[in-house]
Amino acid sequence: MRAPPALGAGSDLATLTRRLAHLAGARRAGDMALRLLGVAALTGVVATVWLGLFVTPPDEFMGNLVRLLYVHPPMAWVAFLAYGVSALSSLAYLWPRTRSLSFDRLAGASAEVGVVFTALTLVSGSIWGRPTWGAWWVWDPLLTTTALLFVLYLGYLAIRKVPGTPEARARRSAVAALVAFLDVPIVYFSVEWWRSLHQPPTVLNPTTHKTYVHGSMAWTLLLGFVSFTLVYLWLMAHRYRLAKLNELEESEGLEVALAERRAEAVAG
Amino acid sequence: MWHDATLVAAKDLRIEVRSRVAVNQVAPFAIAVLLLFGFALGPDRRTLEPASAGLFWVAVLLSTILAIQRSYSVEASDGARDGLRLSGLDPAGIFLGKAAAVVAELLALEVLLTAGIALLYGAHLSGWGVLVLTCVSATVGLAAVGTLYGVVASGLKTRETLLPLLFLPVVAPVLLAATKAFDAALAGTPSRGLGWLEVLVVFAVLYVALGIVAFGPLLEDG
Repeated sequence: MRAPPALGAGSDLATLTRRLAHLAGARRAGDMALRLLGVAALTGVVATVWLGLFVTPPDEFMGNLVRLLYVHPPMAWVAFLAYGVSALSSLAYLWPRTRSLSFDRLAGASAEVGVVFTALTLVSGSIWGRPTWGAWWVWDPLLTTTALLFVLYLGYLAIRKVPGTPEARARRSAVAALVAFLDVPIVYFSVEWWRSLHQPPTVLNPTTHKTYVHGSMAWTLLLGFVSFTLVYLWLMAHRYRLAKLNELEESEGLEVALAERRAEAVAG
Repeated sequence: MWHDATLVAAKDLRIEVRSRVAVNQVAPFAIAVLLLFGFALGPDRRTLEPASAGLFWVAVLLSTILAIQRSYSVEASDGARDGLRLSGLDPAGIFLGKAAAVVAELLALEVLLTAGIALLYGAHLSGWGVLVLTCVSATVGLAAVGTLYGVVASGLKTRETLLPLLFLPVVAPVLLAATKAFDAALAGTPSRGLGWLEVLVVFAVLYVALGIVAFGPLLEDG
């Protein structure tokens, strides 16, 4: 607020000031814990990059390409973790006993981060696939499922953007999230079956790299998983906080604007 | 629930019979899609015939979007949706009824499209049992997802663009499984399509169940 609360502005302004002060306090406390999480995530990612690019040796078969594998599986893991969290919180919202808009916000925040990491997974996988399989894209079950997930959850985010009362929006979104999540196993199994009836993966088998990852490589991969999970938590917490502030702004923004205007009128 | 479902389905079908929107608009649309595939792939039957199962189901998917939009646009005017909510009908029954009406319309359309792929693409129709079962189970799944997403999108300003975005990725496995089952039947080896039929049945059961549970709260949103 620009103008200091004027004496004659009435008690509603006083309540409002108190509420805003409370809000600002909450924001600061959130920032403190979040900042620590952010620093931890950043340190982890920097360490992963350093280990992945400079410390670990090139792979016997894949050469320097193996370095992409320190970030690609962690990205995919975060994407699936995010969708899992989103589905669980949607379920929690639909369950009458645990119905709370916090779960709705959590579902939305998590899905949004999930979409970002799905895109990263697809891009990094594609970059890896080009020299390894000789194509930017193969119709592999995992790839195809991930691509469909990307589109499915873009639809989910689109439906979250549609205006409405918070409750109606939350219910719509929760059902959409469940429809999308139920689809994942069906898509995966049908695509896998579709492929296995057709032909085996062509140029090089998508090797289960875990079998011959060892020493510094294993540690780097592990660190990748941990730090990307931290990044996920950090992004999601911020997204959750923003969603909450957005709602507050929607519900109280008009009041604050009116109070400011009134204070100005009194002061002027 | 079943009684309410028959009432709603009969109402929707009666509206269709009287307004003829499905006959005059959705069916010609589906035929236009079949012709366009012909233009896209060229007139060679050696290209068209192996693709006919997939093209058939893509045409069905696109028509389903129209059928669903139609199914909810009849509820949009004259406060029909409020009437439905006030009617005291079981929401699960409303869901089943609306889905059943869409299934009936789509099955009629599929008969037309089957004739279409035989005539235009030169597909050899065989394995009738698998063909019919595939049509029924796939269509139930499509109608269930569509009706569920239809009520989510209905009443929203962006429904025309939102529904296809929500609907198409979810029904991707239906397209896949129905196409493979059709391929098997048309190739004269219908028994190879039975596994795909199971996928379709699982999909249909899952989404009909979800629709029965979730439709009520969504209808209330208005």
